[in-house]
Amino acid sequence: MFAPNLAMSPSSEPAPHQTDSSAEIQDIVLTFHDVSKSFVSGHRVIHALTRVSFTVRRGTVTGIIGPDGAGKTTLMRLAATLLRPDQGHISVLGMDTQREAAAIYGQIGYMPQRFGLYEDLTVQENLDLYADLHGLDHDHRSARYRQLMVMTGLEPFTRRLAGQLSGGMKQKLGLACSLLGTPPLLLLDEPTVGVDPLSRRELWTIVDRLVREEGTSVVLTTSYIEEAERCPDVLILHEGTILGRAHPSTFKREIEGRVYQIHSSAVHKRLIHATLTDRPEVVDAMVQGESVRLVLRDPHPETLAAIVPAIPQLSIAPVPPRLEDWFIVKLRQQASQPAVRSQLKPLTASQTSLSPAPRAPVIQVRHAQRRFGDFYAVHDVSFDVLSGEIFGLLGPNGAGKSTTFRMLCGLLPPSGGHLTVAGVDLRRARSAARQRIGYMSQKFSLYRDLSVRENLRFFSSAYGLRGDRRRERNNWALDQFGLRPFADAVSGELPLGYKQRLALACALMHEPDILFLDEPTSGVDPLARREFWHRILELAGRGVTIMVTTHVLEEAEYCDRIAIMAHGRLLTLGTPDEIKRRARTVECPTPSLEDAFVYLIHTERRQAVVS
Amino acid sequence: MWVRIQALMIKEFLALLKDKKTRTVILIPPMVQLLVFGYAATFDLNHIPFALYNEDAGPWGRHMAEAIQGSPHFDLVARISHEADMAPLIDLRKALVIVRIGQHFSRRIAHGEPADMQVLVDGRNSNTALLALNYLRTIVQQFIAQIDEPGQSVALPVKLEVRAWFNPNLESRWFFIPGIVGSLTMIVALLVTALSVAREREQGTFDQLLVTPLRPTEILIGKTVPGFLIGLLEATVIIALARWWFEIPLVGNLVSLYCGLAVFLLSGLGVGLMISSLAVTQQQGLLGVFVFMVPAILLSGFATPIANMPSPVQYLTFLNPMRYFMIVVRGIFLEDMPVDMLLWQLWPMAVIGLIALSFAGWLFRHRLY
Amino acid sequence: MSQSRPRRVHRFPSNNTWMRLRGLMRKEALQIVRDPSSIAIAFLIPVLLLLLFGYGISLDAEHVPVGLVVEQPTHLTAEFTASFFHSRYFLPISFDSMTAAEEALREHRVNAIVRLREPFGKQISAGAVAPVQVIVNGSDANTARLIIGYVEGATARWLERLVREGRTRPLPIAIEPRIWFNAEVRSRNFLVPGLVAVIMTLIGALLTALVMAREWERGTMEALMTTPVTANDILLGKIIPYFFLGTGGMVLSVVMAIGLFDVPFRGSFWVLALAGGIFLSVALGMGLLISVLAKNQFVAAQAAIIVTFLPAFLLSGFLFDIGSMPPLIQGITYIFAARYFVEILQSAFLAGTIWPLFIPNLIALLIMAGLFLGLCRFIFRKRLE
Repeated sequence: MFAPNLAMSPSSEPAPHQTDSSAEIQDIVLTFHDVSKSFVSGHRVIHALTRVSFTVRRGTVTGIIGPDGAGKTTLMRLAATLLRPDQGHISVLGMDTQREAAAIYGQIGYMPQRFGLYEDLTVQENLDLYADLHGLDHDHRSARYRQLMVMTGLEPFTRRLAGQLSGGMKQKLGLACSLLGTPPLLLLDEPTVGVDPLSRRELWTIVDRLVREEGTSVVLTTSYIEEAERCPDVLILHEGTILGRAHPSTFKREIEGRVYQIHSSAVHKRLIHATLTDRPEVVDAMVQGESVRLVLRDPHPETLAAIVPAIPQLSIAPVPPRLEDWFIVKLRQQASQPAVRSQLKPLTASQTSLSPAPRAPVIQVRHAQRRFGDFYAVHDVSFDVLSGEIFGLLGPNGAGKSTTFRMLCGLLPPSGGHLTVAGVDLRRARSAARQRIGYMSQKFSLYRDLSVRENLRFFSSAYGLRGDRRRERNNWALDQFGLRPFADAVSGELPLGYKQRLALACALMHEPDILFLDEPTSGVDPLARREFWHRILELAGRGVTIMVTTHVLEEAEYCDRIAIMAHGRLLTLGTPDEIKRRARTVECPTPSLEDAFVYLIHTERRQAVVS
Repeated sequence: MWVRIQALMIKEFLALLKDKKTRTVILIPPMVQLLVFGYAATFDLNHIPFALYNEDAGPWGRHMAEAIQGSPHFDLVARISHEADMAPLIDLRKALVIVRIGQHFSRRIAHGEPADMQVLVDGRNSNTALLALNYLRTIVQQFIAQIDEPGQSVALPVKLEVRAWFNPNLESRWFFIPGIVGSLTMIVALLVTALSVAREREQGTFDQLLVTPLRPTEILIGKTVPGFLIGLLEATVIIALARWWFEIPLVGNLVSLYCGLAVFLLSGLGVGLMISSLAVTQQQGLLGVFVFMVPAILLSGFATPIANMPSPVQYLTFLNPMRYFMIVVRGIFLEDMPVDMLLWQLWPMAVIGLIALSFAGWLFRHRLY
Repeated sequence: MSQSRPRRVHRFPSNNTWMRLRGLMRKEALQIVRDPSSIAIAFLIPVLLLLLFGYGISLDAEHVPVGLVVEQPTHLTAEFTASFFHSRYFLPISFDSMTAAEEALREHRVNAIVRLREPFGKQISAGAVAPVQVIVNGSDANTARLIIGYVEGATARWLERLVREGRTRPLPIAIEPRIWFNAEVRSRNFLVPGLVAVIMTLIGALLTALVMAREWERGTMEALMTTPVTANDILLGKIIPYFFLGTGGMVLSVVMAIGLFDVPFRGSFWVLALAGGIFLSVALGMGLLISVLAKNQFVAAQAAIIVTFLPAFLLSGFLFDIGSMPPLIQGITYIFAARYFVEILQSAFLAGTIWPLFIPNLIALLIMAGLFLGLCRFIFRKRLE
C-alpha cells in the first residue's frame, strides 16, 4: 500500500544512481519510514500523520502540498527533529532523528513559518547569532555573509532592525540565517505565506541557485500550488497520508483536455461562473479576469456543449492544465471534504443585477496621506470604490496597503486627505455607521480561547443582533460555513481554513453592505480559497461592496478592478485585463497578472532610481 | 446597546475563566495568600528568646528572673555565666534579649538603693527590639509594685491605666487582615484588567472590536464589569474568611463596606485598564502593574503608617486609591466608621477611578502604534 | 559519478559550546539594550523603590497627635504635661473635656488621650498612687503600642525629675538598656537592607519571567532548536546576561543604602557579593522557571505578580518577625529565598560578618538556586512537545 516512492522518482532527473545501491543510500537525504504522529487537543486526538513513508534524494527541490491540517507542518517538524514520531522512524542524512538528533542539528537548515528572526536585532546581528549557534568559524564568516547577502539582496540593509524589514525581506533574511551553516538539507515550512509575488519569485531564484551551485537538497511546504509547479518533485499530503508523488507534469497529464476558458462579451463573468459552478459535470470554476476557467469531470468536449447553455457570444478555448487543477480534482474526489457548495444557493439571473449600470461610489479616498515620523506610509492616494464592486488593493509588502485599509476602517487617523465609507468618516462616525461594514483581517482576529459558537454569539451581539434574529444568524453561520461539527471546538485550535471561515462568518453576521478583507486567504489552501471566493462572489452578486488586499494574484483575478500600490503611492488602477495589457512587452506578449505585477513594480523601481 | 455590552461581558468572563491556567491564577492565590499572610503579618511578639546572666546570689535576682520567665512573651533559651558568652548568643540570633542581673542586685534592693539590671537587645530589627524592651519594662514595673512594702512611700507615684479603643488587646492581626483584604482586592483587579487590552492588541482582536459598532464607553463597561464582579466575589470570600476564620470583629455595617469596596474596585480596575491601554505589549503591561502595585501597597498605610512618612511622600499618597480604602476597610471592620467620614474617603477614590477609566477609554481609539 | 555530486562542506568545529553561548548572550544583551524596559526594570525600579521606601516606610512614629485632658490644672500637672510638650514624639493638643477628646479620637484627629483626673495633684502630694488614664486608638496595634511606650517614657522622665529634686525616692530597679547594632533604634537601618532583598526578588523574576514565553510566542524558539545549540546553552544564554544586569541593580541598591540612607555597613563586601550572587541566581531561576512552565506571556505575567512581591514582602522577615509566626507559616517561609537573604543582609549591614549565621543561609540559597535552575533544565527540553 505504501509503495516505496523511488519508482516515482522525478522524471526531470536522469536518475543516474540506480545501479549502485550504496551510492543510492548515500544519495538519500531524508527518509520517513512508516511514521505516525498524533496530538491530543482537548478531548480529541488529532492524527496528524498516519503511516507515512517516503524518501527524498539529494540535490532536488521537493514540494509538499496539501490542504490545511494535512500534516505538512508536523512533517517538517518531525524532519527537523523538533517532534518525536509516535511510530516508525525518520532518518536525516543517514542519521536517525531520535538517536542522533544532536548530530543532525548542525546539518540542516530549517526556517519555521514565522522565519525565526529576532525582530529587535539588526540583520547583521541576526546573522552573527546564527553563525555563532552553528559554530561557523570566523575565517569563513565574512565570505559566507557576503555570499548570502548578495544572494538575498539584503546587502544594503545589514544595519536595519529585522522588525523593520518588509515581509519579503524578512523571509530572505530567515532563509539566509538557515543557510549560514551551508546545510546539505534545507527545510522550509510555508516560506511564502504573506509575502508579495515579487519576493516569492526572488525566493525561488535563490532556491534554484542553491540547488544548482551548492547541491543543497530542499524540502518545502506550500499552500500556493502554482509554486509547487516549480518543484521537480511534488508530494501531495492529505489528512496525514500521501496522496501521490510525481513530477508536476505527470499530474497534469492526468487531466489534460478537461480545462477550458470561457468568455462572453454579453454575459457578465460572474453570472457565467455562478451558473456553471454548481453543475455536477464541473469540478472547478474560477473567474480569471474577464473569463471563467473551467475544469470538467470528464475529458469529453461534448459534455462541455451540454453544460454551457445558450450563452450568447460565447467563446470557448481549451487551455493547458495546471497542477492546481489536478489538486482540486483530487481533493474533490475525497469524500471527506464537506460539501459546502451544495448549501449555497445558485444564483439566478434575476437575483443579480449584473448589468454594469452606473453605480454610486461607496468608498471615496481623496489625497489620503499617512505619516509615521518623516516616513510616508501612504502618500497622496485617491480612488473610488463603487457599490457592488469587488475592489482589490495590491502591492509589495510595505507598499501602504494595510495602512490605507486601517485608515478606511477608522483604526488609524489619516495625516491628510479624506477617506469616507458610505459617506462618513468611520473614525468620527457614530457607532451606527460601523453597523454597515464587515472587517476581516489577515490574522483572523478571533478570540482563540473561545469556542466557535461563543465567537459567533459574541460578534453577532456586538453588532446588536438579539433574540430570534441572533439565533437565526448563528445557525446560518454554522450551516453555511460548515462549522457545525466544530461548534464547540476552541477556535484557536481549528485548522487554518476553518479559522478563516469563522472569521468571515463573524464579519458577515450583521449582513454588512461593505466588506473589508485584509489578506483574507493568507496561508489557506486552494480549496478553502475557492470556497471563500465562491462566497465573496455570491455576496458581490447581492450588491455587497467588497474591498480586498491580497498577495495571491489568482485572487486578484476575481476583482472587478484592482489598484496596485508601491512606496505609499498608487501605481495603477484598472480591471485585471487592462492591467495585464499595460504590462505587455515584446518578451512577454500575454502576461499573467503576476507577470504584470512584477513588471509594473520593476518599472516603478527603475524610475525611482533614475529620478 | 445593552445587547452589545452584555455580549462583551460574557466574552470577557469566558476569556478570564475558560483557560484553566488563568482561572487558577486568578481564583486560588488570593484565598491562599490571605490564610498565609493573615498569620504572617503581625508585629505581636511572643516567645521572645531571651538569655539570663544572673550574677546575683540573693533572692531578688531569682524572683526577677522568674517574673520574666513567667511572662508568656518570653522564653528562656540559655543561662550564661560568663560575659564572653553574651555576644555569640545575640550574633547568631539565638537570643533576642539578654538580661543581666548585677552582683549586688538583692543587696541593693534590701538597702533601698536602686538596683541595676542590664538589658541587651539585638537591634537588627529595631521594631522588634523596641517592642521586646517595652514588654520587659512592663514586667519590671509590675515587679516593682510587688516589692513595694506597705508603710513606705510608694516608689511609683503614678500608674498608667491604659485602655485601647477598637482593639482592646492590641492585636496587630486586627490591623493587618483588613489591610490584606484591600491589597488582595487590588491585585485581583489589576490581574483581570491590566493585560486584557494589551493582549487583544497583540492578537489583533482589538481592531476587530473597534470596527464593530461598539463605542469606547461600551468596551469600557464590558471590560470593567466582569472584573468588578470577580473582584467583588473574591473580596466577599476574603471578608468572610477574615470575619469567621481570623475572627476579626466586623463592627461597622456591611452596606458601607460594600459601598467602599465597589468604589475601590472601580478605581483599581480603572488604573488596570489604563495601564493596559497604554501598553503595546504584554510585557509593558506587566511592568506597568508592578510600577503601580508595589508603591500602591507600600504607600497605602498597609504596613507602616502614612503619618510616619515625610511630607512630600505623604502628599504623593493622595494619588493612591488604596490609601483611602485602607482607612475605609479598617474603619468599618474595627471602628464602625460614621457615614460622613466614609464619604470623605470615597470621593477621592471615585475621582481617581473615573479619571483612569476615561483616560483608558480615550486611549482605546487614540493610542497610536 | 561522484563528481556530479556537490561537495559537502565540513566546517563544523564539533563542540563549540563557548561560541554558541557567546552568540546567545550577545543576542540577549542586544535585546536588552534595544528594549529599554529591561534596563528600566534593572536600574530604574531599584532607584525608585529604594527612594520611595527608604524615605516612605518607617515605623518610627514622631509628632503623634495626643489629646491631653487635665481636669484640674496645678503646678504638678503642668510639670507632668511639660514632658509631653518637650518630646519630639508628641504633638500634644489640650482638650477641656473628656467628651471633646473622645470625639477627636473617634475622628482620628488624635491617636491617644492622656487624662489627668481631678485629684491628681492631691494624690501625688499625699504620696498615694495617682492613676493616669491613657486611651489609645488600637486599630493600628503597632503604633498604639509605640505610643504607650512613648507615654511611659515621658512619665519616666517626669519621675526622674522628681527623684533628682528629691521629691520622691528612686525606683528600686533601673533598667539599663543597650541596643546592639542599631543604638539609635532607627527602623530605616533594618528596613533598607531588607528592602534590597525584596527589590531583587522582584527584579530577578520580572527580568526573566517573560523571556522564554516571548521566544515561544514569537516563533524564534523553533528556529533556535534546529541549530546545534543545547538546552543548557539556551538556558545559560538567558541567565548570564540578566545576571549581570541584576548585579548592576543590586550594586546600585547597596550603594544607595549606604550612601543615601546612611545605613552602616559593618560586614564584608565580599561576603555580600557572594550572597548577592547566589540570591540573584535564585531569583532569576524562579523567573525562568515561571517562563519555562507558562510558555505564554499572559499566564507568566500573572504568576510573576503573585509569587514574587507579597511573599517577599510579608514572609521574608523583612518587616515581620518570622519567629512570631505560627509554626506552619514559619515552615512556609523556608521556601522563599528572600528569607535567607534578608537574614544575611540585615546582619551584614548592621552586625558584621558572622559566619556561623551566614553559612546555613548561604547553603539554603545554594540549594534553592540549584533546585530552580535544575527544574528549569529538567522541564525545558529541546523539543516542541
